[in-house]
Formats: sequence, structure tokens, C-alpha cells
Amino acid sequence: MAEPGAVERRAPGRGLSARRALGGVAWGLRAYGFIAAMWVRSTMAYRASFAMMLVANFTTTFLDFAAIMIMFSQVDALGGFALPEVAFLYGTSCVAFGLADLLLGEAERIGRRVRDGTMDILLTRPVPVLSQIAADRFALRRLGRITQGALVLGWSLTRLELEWTAGSVLLTVSMVLCGGLIFGCLFVLGGAFQFWAQDASEVQNAFTYGGTTLLQYPPTVFGKELVRGATFVVPLAFVNWLPALRVLGRDDPLGLPGWVDFAAPAVALLCCAGTALVWRAGLRSYRSTGS
Amino acid sequence: MTGDKKGWEAVQEDAGGSVRDTDGAFIDVRDLRKTFRVRRRSGLLRRTSSDVHAVDGISFTLRRGEMTGFIGPNGAGKSTTIKMLTGILSPSGGRLRVAGVDPARDRTRLVRRIGVVFGQRTTLWWDLPLRDSYGLVRRMYRIPRARYEENLARCVELLELGGLLDVPVRQLSLGQRMRGDITAALLHDPDVLYLDEPTIGLDVVSKARVREFLLRLNAERRTTVLLTTHDLSDIEHLCERVVVIDHGRLMYDGALAGLHEIGSGERTLVVDLERELPPIEGIEGARTVRTEGPRQWLTFPATASAAPLVSRIAADYPLVDLSLREPAIEDVIARMYAA
Repeated sequence: MAEPGAVERRAPGRGLSARRALGGVAWGLRAYGFIAAMWVRSTMAYRASFAMMLVANFTTTFLDFAAIMIMFSQVDALGGFALPEVAFLYGTSCVAFGLADLLLGEAERIGRRVRDGTMDILLTRPVPVLSQIAADRFALRRLGRITQGALVLGWSLTRLELEWTAGSVLLTVSMVLCGGLIFGCLFVLGGAFQFWAQDASEVQNAFTYGGTTLLQYPPTVFGKELVRGATFVVPLAFVNWLPALRVLGRDDPLGLPGWVDFAAPAVALLCCAGTALVWRAGLRSYRSTGS
Repeated sequence: MTGDKKGWEAVQEDAGGSVRDTDGAFIDVRDLRKTFRVRRRSGLLRRTSSDVHAVDGISFTLRRGEMTGFIGPNGAGKSTTIKMLTGILSPSGGRLRVAGVDPARDRTRLVRRIGVVFGQRTTLWWDLPLRDSYGLVRRMYRIPRARYEENLARCVELLELGGLLDVPVRQLSLGQRMRGDITAALLHDPDVLYLDEPTIGLDVVSKARVREFLLRLNAERRTTVLLTTHDLSDIEHLCERVVVIDHGRLMYDGALAGLHEIGSGERTLVVDLERELPPIEGIEGARTVRTEGPRQWLTFPATASAAPLVSRIAADYPLVDLSLREPAIEDVIARMYAA
């Protein structure tokens, strides 16, 4: 034992083993599941209110596509992309973002939790803090965004005259899943930064909500600098731009090598690893400094 | 984790030998320190930082089953200490063991064995009915169903929560919510219960009910209780021992009676007279410390009775109204400083 007055060093062999980490993740997911289920049951007690919220969510998020349709009533193409192609981008962006928003959107409230002290309460429970935060007030009404995105995506698929191969189907499915992961990482990263800066949620919104709006339009309508930033700084381009250009048979405006179009899963995994590190650092910082 | 074994014995076995080793000092705090670095803007771009020693070398030990009052003025470092004991904050220095567990390193293992009640904010889910909140607690702590039902039934009976289980937490009164919070903290049979201002804002009836419940819990389950409060009567009813801290340092650790001796507690009688008069004089054992219009403040030793004092004043002065103030912990501590 260390002498009083000295902070004890981590004892050898007490490090985080892979098995313990996996067990922790499994428990975290299970905890997420039962907390979310409780909120769903609680919401369903007021079915009419839930139905209205769902419709409202569907309608307000669909307004983005309505704006695109209005533009197309005046022009035939946007940045060289026809309406079904833009709808494809819109649909994949919406569904990917919607999944992340549904599952992890609550992470943006961390700043408020730090300020009002409820973060302390989460730390006194034997459940990973992220599970508790992300599943809190789990809002099934956010399915509205996913539903309208999926409908637009479905419509675009019937209009796109493409040769569908196993590869492009796989690419489209992975766009939604990996895109969801990338957006999810942005939500958690933004949340983690609020451990240091409690008012950072506006900055986070620029990347999350701003990001999904950006990705609803073809990269050709934006300046190259912005596209570069969305590729190399915040890897939004991997959500749908790069893989979608491949599916649609288009060249990407940056002229990147072809394999980049298939890099989304690897990018998503990297994002997850980086996010996990930042999250741990944020939580550690909170536990050493308090609010 | 604890299987189907009953009660806290199962939890005890689970922790292995460490519990036996620490039975003498179930909570062991040695030279505990917490230093916060506070940054301040001192110019347009310049920032100066200074260290604030919120907890500055505190040592004490609690035996299993002890009920201890943890008191001190605002900003004394009480909350910071409690946060370190519950694993919320990691210490800057010193050694800390709760039931043989290092809270900073093994937070998740520790929190299964402790219960926490914050009087100022609820640990329950604001929008969920109590029953749903408790259901979540059951799953989070993986409490076996039978034990959960048993503990819940017991708390519901003793804390009279029967009609409230289906009410959302936000609709509960402060006293009801506090009883709900205490129940939530006890469903998993914790070995240690931390109560941070558990009676703040409660009416007399709720206060009495909570106190009675805590005494019973302590007697029947040997739950170790650490209680912070501003209400000296909480301590008088519940704790044989008090630990007083101020400015992050230990001021006193011992019996409550000893604290009164050191602090030589005084009670205050506030009297409203019919009209403005010179300070009341000639009352044995009391002295007038303040006057404000027709109102006067008299102090007298906490050990003396107020009754003869009141009758003397009523006989000699036109008395309209009066009230009696017990010595506040802050005053007792302030006098400890002066002594």
C-alpha cells in the first residue's frame, strides 16, 4: 500500500483486459436496451400524443426535401445531378443521420447534465454513463425522420436507371449503416467535448444537423475546400458522397483514388475508436475536476 | 453477480476477504485531498490559475453499522468528500477505501454496494412513475426479483408510499419524493448509505418518518450511514458520532455531546414587544444581543430551559409574540473556531 499522501499507482495486472472491455460493452448495450424500452413503454401510455409527435417529426424533417423539389421545379439539375440522384443522396443522408439521432441524439445534453449536477447521479449507478445518457428519454418519434428518408430513398431507387449489382446494393446498405455510425460518433464526440466546454452543443449541431443537410446535396454544388474538409477533417463524405458517387457512376470532384469509395466501414471503425478514447478522456476529466 | 442468496450477506461474501479485513474500518479515509485548479481571466487573453484545496488532508474511519453525522458550513468540503467516497470524483491525494474497494478505481464495483440520496436533486426519473423508476433500478443493479419485491414492499410500508407508486416523480411533493429517493437507494441492499441533506425542506411529519425509518434500517441491517445536514436535530436524533469539517480540514470527530461542550451552544429567544423599548435587562442567565424596533434577541445556554425565561419576560414586559431558535451548526462551529 502506498504511504498516505501519495496517490496510488495503478496496480500491475489490473489493466483493462479485452475480455473485461467486451463484457462491459455487452452490459452497456443491454442496459441501453432496457432503459430505452422503459421510455418506449412510458411514451406508449399516451398513444395519441405519440402519433402526433411522430407525424410532426415526419413532416418537419420532410420539409428539407420539399425545398429540394421546389428548386427542381425551376431547374433540371443541381450541380449536374438530376432529381432522383439528389433524392438518393437525400435518402441515404436522412436515414443514416436518423438512425444516429434516434440511438445517440440525447448525448448532446451532456453539458446540461454537467451544469445541473445530474451527471453525478449517473456516476453512482453500475451502468456505463454513455448508456444511461443515450437511452434517456429514448424518443421513438424520431422514427419520423427515418421513415421519410427511407420513402424518398425508395422513390429514388425506382427512378434511377441503374444496373444494380450485388456490389452496389451492398454499398448502399453499408452507406446507411456506416453513415449512421459516423453520425453517431459525431453525437458522442460533441457530447464528450461538453465535459470540457458545457456550451459546446451549438458547435456540435453545426456538424450533426449541419452535416446531414450538407450531404443531402451533391458535392459538386459546394466549393472544393468544403468538400475537402468534409472528407479529411470531419469524414462526412464517407457517409454517402463517396460511395454514392460510385453507385451513381459519377466521378468525385476531388479525383480521389477509387478504393476510397469503399473505405466507409474502415473510416467508421476508426471514428468509433477515436470517439471511445475522447469519451473516456472526457469522463476522466469530469471525475478529476467536477463541474 | 450475487446470485439468489438473500440480503446483504450475499453481497458481503461476494467481496471476499476484504470485508473481514476492513470490519474495524469499514470506511477508511486517510489524508484525503482534493485540489481544484481554478482558472480566471485576468486580462484580455491572460489567464491566471490558482489551486483551491477543497479537501485538505482529512482522515477518519467508520465502523460497519455506524451512523455518523458529517457536518460543516457551506463550502467546507462536505460534498467533495462525499463525491470522492461515492467514486464520482477521484482524489488528488490520500488513501480511500469503502468496504475494501477503492472508489476511484473500481467505481462500478463500489456503487453496487452503496446507496446515495441527494436531498437537493432526485436520483429518480422525473417523468416516470415511481414504479417504473424502481423497475429500472432493479435491472441496473441486477437485483433478484424476490429480493427486489421484498425490499420494495418493506420500504413502501415503512415510508408509506403505497398510493404513490403510479404517480410520476415530478408530481410528488418534496417529502414524498425524498421517501421515494430513499427507497430507490435501498432496493439493492447497500452496505453503506450516503445521505446528503435528506430532510431539507421536509415538514415535521415527513422528517420524523424518515428519521424513524433510518434508525430502523440501521438497527436491522447494520447499514453504515453517513449523513450530511444543516439540521442539528437530524444529528441529535440519528447519530452518536459527528465528524465536523471546515475549509477542507477535520475540525472535530467524536460524540455529539462533546461538540456541544466545545461549541457551548446557545439558544436564541426572539421576542416581539408591543412597542420599541430599551434592551431587556435583569433576566438571569440571558442577555440581549440585538434589538430591532419592537423585536429583541436574547441568548441563553442550550442546557437551560426556556420556560422560566419566558414567564419572567412576560411578567415584566408587554409581550406580543415569541419564537425560539436552536443553535445552528454554523454557530456551533464558529464558536469552535473562536475557542
